[in-house]
Amino acid sequence: MNQTPTSRNFKRNTAGALVNEQLQRALSNVPAGFVDKRARARDKLPEFDALRDQARDIKNHTLAHLDLYYEEYEAKVAASGGHVHWCETADEACKAVVEICKSHSARTVTKGKSMVSEEMNLNAALAEAGVEPVETDLGEYIIQLRGETPSHIIAPAVHLNKDQIEADFRATHTGLPPERNLEEGAALVYEARQILREKFIAADIGITGANMLIAETGTSVIVTNEGNGDLTQSLPKVHIVLATIEKMVPTLEDATTILRLLARSGTGQEFSSYTTFSTGPRREGDPDGPDEYHVVILDNGRTKMLGSDFQEMLRCIRCGACLNHCPVYQAVGGHAYGWVYPGPMGAVLTPSLIGVDEAGHLPNASTFCGRCEEVCPMRIPLPRMMRNWREREFERHLSPATVRSGLSLWAFFAKRPRLYRLATGFAARFLHLWCGGDGKLETLRFAGGWTKHRDFPSPEGRTFMAQWKNRNG
Amino acid sequence: MADPAKRDAILARMRQSLSVGADDEVRRKTVKDRIKAHKPNLVPARAQLPHKKQVELFREQAEAVQSTVTSVARDDDVPAAVADYLRSQNLPQTVRHGDDPLINKLPWRKKAPTLELNKGIADPQDEVSLSHATVGVAETGTLVLTSGSDNPTTLNFLPENHIVVIKAGEIRGTYEDAWQHLRKRDGERTLPRTVNMVTGPSRTGDIEQRIELGAHGPRRLHIIIIGG
Repeated sequence: MNQTPTSRNFKRNTAGALVNEQLQRALSNVPAGFVDKRARARDKLPEFDALRDQARDIKNHTLAHLDLYYEEYEAKVAASGGHVHWCETADEACKAVVEICKSHSARTVTKGKSMVSEEMNLNAALAEAGVEPVETDLGEYIIQLRGETPSHIIAPAVHLNKDQIEADFRATHTGLPPERNLEEGAALVYEARQILREKFIAADIGITGANMLIAETGTSVIVTNEGNGDLTQSLPKVHIVLATIEKMVPTLEDATTILRLLARSGTGQEFSSYTTFSTGPRREGDPDGPDEYHVVILDNGRTKMLGSDFQEMLRCIRCGACLNHCPVYQAVGGHAYGWVYPGPMGAVLTPSLIGVDEAGHLPNASTFCGRCEEVCPMRIPLPRMMRNWREREFERHLSPATVRSGLSLWAFFAKRPRLYRLATGFAARFLHLWCGGDGKLETLRFAGGWTKHRDFPSPEGRTFMAQWKNRNG
Repeated sequence: MADPAKRDAILARMRQSLSVGADDEVRRKTVKDRIKAHKPNLVPARAQLPHKKQVELFREQAEAVQSTVTSVARDDDVPAAVADYLRSQNLPQTVRHGDDPLINKLPWRKKAPTLELNKGIADPQDEVSLSHATVGVAETGTLVLTSGSDNPTTLNFLPENHIVVIKAGEIRGTYEDAWQHLRKRDGERTLPRTVNMVTGPSRTGDIEQRIELGAHGPRRLHIIIIGG
């Protein structure tokens, strides 16, 4: 559960991931589970791409007026009897939550799925304060049992297979008959339902994230499928919402436009089972719902992204589409990225939040195939921003010496076209002759990593430019 | 409790990054106007249909996400429809509901004498709950339920079986229609404590991306349309 970053070990992490058979088996579910379903949902809504344009514009407008929408939002939360807690850092946000827990002498808190909670490392702070945090989203519950972090922002246990989960349940739920049948997924789901039911009822406080905050009404929104978030926030006496500053939208209509994209992009559903709008604590005459409603607003470096080259990243609605469609994510999974947010969105966001020194490798985890930008419902130019980070990594001399000298050498020739043509012409002829008759090289000096897994095809003997010139007379 | 100095510091940082001042009246007016107008964005054509077609679409879409749907002609037919459904699913003839005026005035004793009705919030022992939805959204077969003593929120999530009644006239095309309905009912810039948009029964794909129903919320969602 520790969220100490290991992003600087990205290369080592990926090497392990690629040979991890369990992980590779689990990741093979991603294309059918997410990619195909998204494509079908998109095809069923002719307006899908036009909605993406509008969603982008809504967020751009909101970010440009973020201070004022927060003023409107906060006034509405206060008017409905709720409290807003402003926190600059993850530590401050943890303290705010722990204080609320202490003021209610809370012993158990249930939690809906929240990536902000992961970013805060909240569970460790709660445990330290003597409060037991219980993750209630099935995937989150499973990884909490295993002491792991989520490997995907909407499917936290996507790196696991059924047999691993069965083993975890048998090891943890020791009060149940050992001979019970847990072969089917349905049996595992039912067992978790029974176990967590007692936790829902016993909890003193419920903590959820927020997919959006709405300035018009001072409302927080959660989008879920299991119903755990709703039990988390409607049964205990206190509901705490965790949100980072980019979650704001102006109106219910604006939230609606984004909701039309969120589930379709993420899970490929037209709409998630439960979309819940919460405004303040229970009202006079309400027989259920929390007596207190707190919203913890966390900055954690995001105000610095406003007005910067990375502002557009603040449009992200955490649907997970860029992870699902990324060939690198599909190959190595989420843990290799070494911090809370994996995949293309993580490769852009993580260096902003924890620094390019720690996370400088992540923007290199891209083939620049462009699928992430193609599927992003908020039209975030992820490849461009990854390139931007790469440039900064280079400028700050964070890339390895061989890469730097190689690039400098290439740049020297690239800036001198005549010399470049001469050198490439020589290389093409030389490699052609060197390869001899079989047309391929099995090893190549300075490119051993590449030829270890494949042969280098022999050049034709003349460069492309030379052939082109010849063809066109 | 909330610290006003921290609030001011974060808002000041936003303004600094955006290179704007706190007293820019043009920006302020832009924000106020947008909230006041709450203009709909692009609304998909799918549900912009005559009302009868919207009710049909609602039903199709609800069934596509594993809700079950029956229609009855009149209010008075609801008790028998509830009793029949419980029998068909082998469920006990016991139902929890809130203080909803429509549910209260139905001829339960006359039309479903075997049915036991309990009023109040959900109890962990309850197997079946009954709610009255505020609006139905045809676009995705979504039920909009609003909190209050008439339809307590816990009824939507705690029992394993959720039955929801809705009048055909309460079914509309889009989510935007639902927001307009609530504004007309409760006023501008306000919502009930909880608005639940429910689209099918509870589900999870967390185990190998295969969908299983009944994760934490209801395993079954049964919708009874009156006059549909």
